[in-house]
Amino acid sequence: MSHENEKSAVEDIARTKKSDTTIIQYLSFVLGKEEYAVDILRVQEIRSWEPVSRVPNVPIYEKGVVNLRGAIVPIIDLRERFSLSKAEYTPLTVVVVLQTGSGNHTCIMGVVVDSVSDVISVERVEIQGAPDFGTKVSNEFINGLVSVNERMVMLLDVDKLLTLETLGNPEN
Amino acid sequence: MSIDMSQFHQVFFEECFEGLEAMESGLLSLDLGDIDSEVINTIFRAAHSIKGGSGTFGFTVVAGYTHIMETLLDEMRDGRRQVTKPAVDVLLGSVDCLRDMLTSIQNEEDIDMESAAKHQDALEIELTGAAGGHGVQESESTPLDVVELDSYLEEEPEEEALEEQGWKIAFCPYLNLLHTGNDPVRLFRQLSELGELTSTVNIQDIPPFAELEPEECNISWELKLVSNATEAEVRDVFSFVEDDCALEFTPLAKPKKVKKVAKPKPVTVVEEIQVETVTEEAIHVVLPVVKKPVVEADASKNAPKASSSIRVDTDKIDTLINMVGEVVITQSMLGLIGENFSMDKVGQLKRGLAQLERHTRDLQQSVMNIRMLPISFVFSRFPRLVHDISTQLGKKITLKLVGENTEVDKAVVELINDPLVHLIRNSLDHGIEMPAIRVAAGKSEMGTIELRAYHRGGHIVIEIVDDGGGLDKNRLLAKAIEKGLVEENVILSDKQIFELIFLPGFSTAEKLTDISGRGVGMDVVRRNIQSLGGNIDIIAELGKGTTIAIHLPLTLAILDGQSVAVGNETYIVPLVSIIESINITEKMLNKVAGKGETFKLRNEYLPIIRMREIFNVQSGTATKSNEGVIVVVEGQGALCGFLVDELLGQQQVVIKSLEANYRRVEGVSGATILGDGSVALILDVPGLVRLSVR
Repeated sequence: MSHENEKSAVEDIARTKKSDTTIIQYLSFVLGKEEYAVDILRVQEIRSWEPVSRVPNVPIYEKGVVNLRGAIVPIIDLRERFSLSKAEYTPLTVVVVLQTGSGNHTCIMGVVVDSVSDVISVERVEIQGAPDFGTKVSNEFINGLVSVNERMVMLLDVDKLLTLETLGNPEN
Repeated sequence: MSIDMSQFHQVFFEECFEGLEAMESGLLSLDLGDIDSEVINTIFRAAHSIKGGSGTFGFTVVAGYTHIMETLLDEMRDGRRQVTKPAVDVLLGSVDCLRDMLTSIQNEEDIDMESAAKHQDALEIELTGAAGGHGVQESESTPLDVVELDSYLEEEPEEEALEEQGWKIAFCPYLNLLHTGNDPVRLFRQLSELGELTSTVNIQDIPPFAELEPEECNISWELKLVSNATEAEVRDVFSFVEDDCALEFTPLAKPKKVKKVAKPKPVTVVEEIQVETVTEEAIHVVLPVVKKPVVEADASKNAPKASSSIRVDTDKIDTLINMVGEVVITQSMLGLIGENFSMDKVGQLKRGLAQLERHTRDLQQSVMNIRMLPISFVFSRFPRLVHDISTQLGKKITLKLVGENTEVDKAVVELINDPLVHLIRNSLDHGIEMPAIRVAAGKSEMGTIELRAYHRGGHIVIEIVDDGGGLDKNRLLAKAIEKGLVEENVILSDKQIFELIFLPGFSTAEKLTDISGRGVGMDVVRRNIQSLGGNIDIIAELGKGTTIAIHLPLTLAILDGQSVAVGNETYIVPLVSIIESINITEKMLNKVAGKGETFKLRNEYLPIIRMREIFNVQSGTATKSNEGVIVVVEGQGALCGFLVDELLGQQQVVIKSLEANYRRVEGVSGATILGDGSVALILDVPGLVRLSVR
C-alpha cells in the first residue's frame, strides 16, 4: 500500500513539473568503471561491508549470509555476478540492501557494490531500451539505459536480478 | 450504525470448531439407552452457542441446521427421546456436515448444499421418526413431533389460498422472548399500522398446566398482513426481537409457492433464504431451497485457509509478564552498577549478570511455552476415527489415550496429525484382527489401541500400541524379496525387517481396502516425521501386537546444537543426531578402494565425511589428514562420522530460515545467529549423508 502511495507521490511531483512524463528516482552505484542504478523504492538501506558467513556449494558470486537484525540475508557480489574483475573488500565497500517481491513474499538481499554515487531522477521517456548484444553479453536484468551528465547508467531490474539469484543452481 | 462483524469471524470460527469438537467427544461418550444428562447438556450447549453465533453473524444456513440438531438434543435431554445408535450416528454426521459448512464459510466458498441437505434430511427423519430406514425406531412418537407435523400440514392449504398483496409472517418466539422485555402485542399493533393484519395463534406448543412456565413464551403466530409495505418495512417492526424468535416472511401474491419437502424442486426464493431465521416449521419449507444444487466447490475445498492464531492460557501470559518484570529489574540494577563503576563492584556485577542470564533463560522458556499446546488437540480426533472405522470394518476396538496433556509445539501439533491418522488407520485395518480370529487366538474379542504421549529427554514420544496380530517377519521378508526390494539370502536383523514397511510401494495386504493397503503411506509417514526432525520405530511381535514409536523434537524453533569449527567457519550439528565425538588417530583410518575412508568404531566400520571437502572450505590452516575430531552422527538410520577441525561448545540455538530470503542449500537445514552476531549454518545430517554419496 505504502509503496503505491509513495509511487503516486512521486507521480504527483512529476505532474507539477511536467504534465505528461513520470519521474522515477533511481539510486546509482559504481561497479568498476560502469555505472548502474536501481529503483530507489526497492532500496531498503545501505550498509558497509562486513564479513559474511560462507554458504557451501553455491556460485562464487553468492558470498554468504549475514545477520540483519535477526533476519538471515544473503549477500551477492555484483562485480562477480557480472563477471567484472574482482575487488578487495574494504570497510568502504558498500552493501545495498534491496527488497524484491510484493505482499507476503518480500525477500531481502544485499548486493556488494564499489560505491554508491547518486540519486538520479529520470523521466520515463528518457529511458532507452537495453541494446541486444546477442549471446555475448547477458542483458536479462537490464531494464534500460539512461544518460546522466553524458555518462551512461544501466537501470537494473531488481526482481529479475534477485529472482535469478534465488533460483540459480549451485555449481558442484 | 453498523459494526464490522467480520473482525469477529476468526474468533467465532475458532469457538465453533471447539464446540464441534466438544459435541463430537460428547456424542462418542454417550452411553446408548442410558442418558447422562450432563453429557447431553454439554452437547446441547455447544450446539446452542454455534446456533446463536451463526445467527448473529448472519450464517442462517448454519443456524437453521443447528437448530434441528438442537431440537433433537433437547428432546433427548428432556428424556422425551431415547438415545439410540442411529440417532447418535446421525448427530455425528451432522457434526461433520456443520464442520464442512463452517470451513466453507471460513474460506469464503459456497457451502456444499447437497450434502448439507442430505444430512438435514437424515436429521429430519430422525427428528420426526417418520422414516423406516433405521433399524431401531422409537417405541413412542413424542408429542412435539405430532405438533410439528400438524402445524406443518395446516400451513399448506393456507399458502395455496392466499392471493392478496402483502406478507405472510410466521412468527415463532423463542421461549425467552418475554425475558428480553419484548411484547408481541406491541409488535402486532405496529404491524397493523402498515395494513390489515389477521393473526392465527398456534397454541399447540403450550405444555400441560403443571409444566407451564408463565415467563416462557410458548405460543407462535401466523400473521397475515395485507399491505403494500416492502419486506424491509415489515422486517423493521421485528428488528428488536430478531434474535429472540424465528421469523419467516412469504409474500402473499407470490405466484409460485414453496412446496413441501416431499417434492423437492428448485424454487425462486433464493433472496429469502438469506434473511430467514429458521424454525422447526420453517425448515420444512426451506429444505427444497437447500437442496438446490449450488456451484461445486470441490476443487478448492482441499485448500483450507491456514489459521495462524493461537489461544494461550492466561496463566502462561501471567508468568511471562512476571519474567519480563524480573528482567527489567535486573537490567536497572546492572545499569546502576555500570553508572559509577569501580573495581570493588565486580562481584556485584557478576551476580547481576548471572541473574540476568537466568532470567533470560526463563523468559525464553516461557515464550516457547506459549507455542506449546497439549497433544490432546491431535488425540481428540481419534476416538471418532476409531469409532467410525471399527464400525465400518465390523471390529470391536477400544481406544485408550494416555498423556493427552503432554505439551508440544504448535507446529508439531499441526504437522503430526496426518501421519498419526495414517498409522492409526493401519492399526485398525491390519493390526487388530476380526473378533472371531481374536477369540480363536485366545485373546479378548475387544481389541485395544493405545495412544501414548510422553516426554523423554528433549523429545516427545508418541506411541501407538495395538494388541493385534503384529507383523510377520517371514512374510515381510518374502514380500520384499518378491518385490525385488531386498536381495535373496540377505541376512537382516529384526529391526531391519520391520523397517521394510517404510519402503515405498511396500504392502503386505492381500487385498486393497479403502482404508489402507495400497503400499503408499508408510514411506510418506516416515518422510513427514523426518522432516519434523523426528524418527519412527516399529517393534512387533507376531500374534501379540505392534508398537510404533515416534520421537519428535519438542519444538521446531529452538535446537540443542554442538558448534564445530571447520577452517574459519562455524557450523552447528544438531545434538540429537550426535552419538559421540572422538579424537581421530592414525590407526583408526582405513582407505576403501583408495578413496573412500572409513574408521573403526569399536566393532563397526563407519564412513567418514570430511566437512572441509564436502563444503569446500579453504580458509584456516588445513589440518593434516589424521588430525581433527570425528563427530559420529546418525542420519537416515545409518551411522557415519563427520571430520571437523575442533569442537567448540554446546548451546541452544534459535533456528532461522535460510529460505526466507535465500534458498535451500544442500546439506544445510537452517541458520542461526551466534552470540557475536555472526551467522552459523545448521547442518542437515541426513542431507549431508546423501550429499556425500554423490
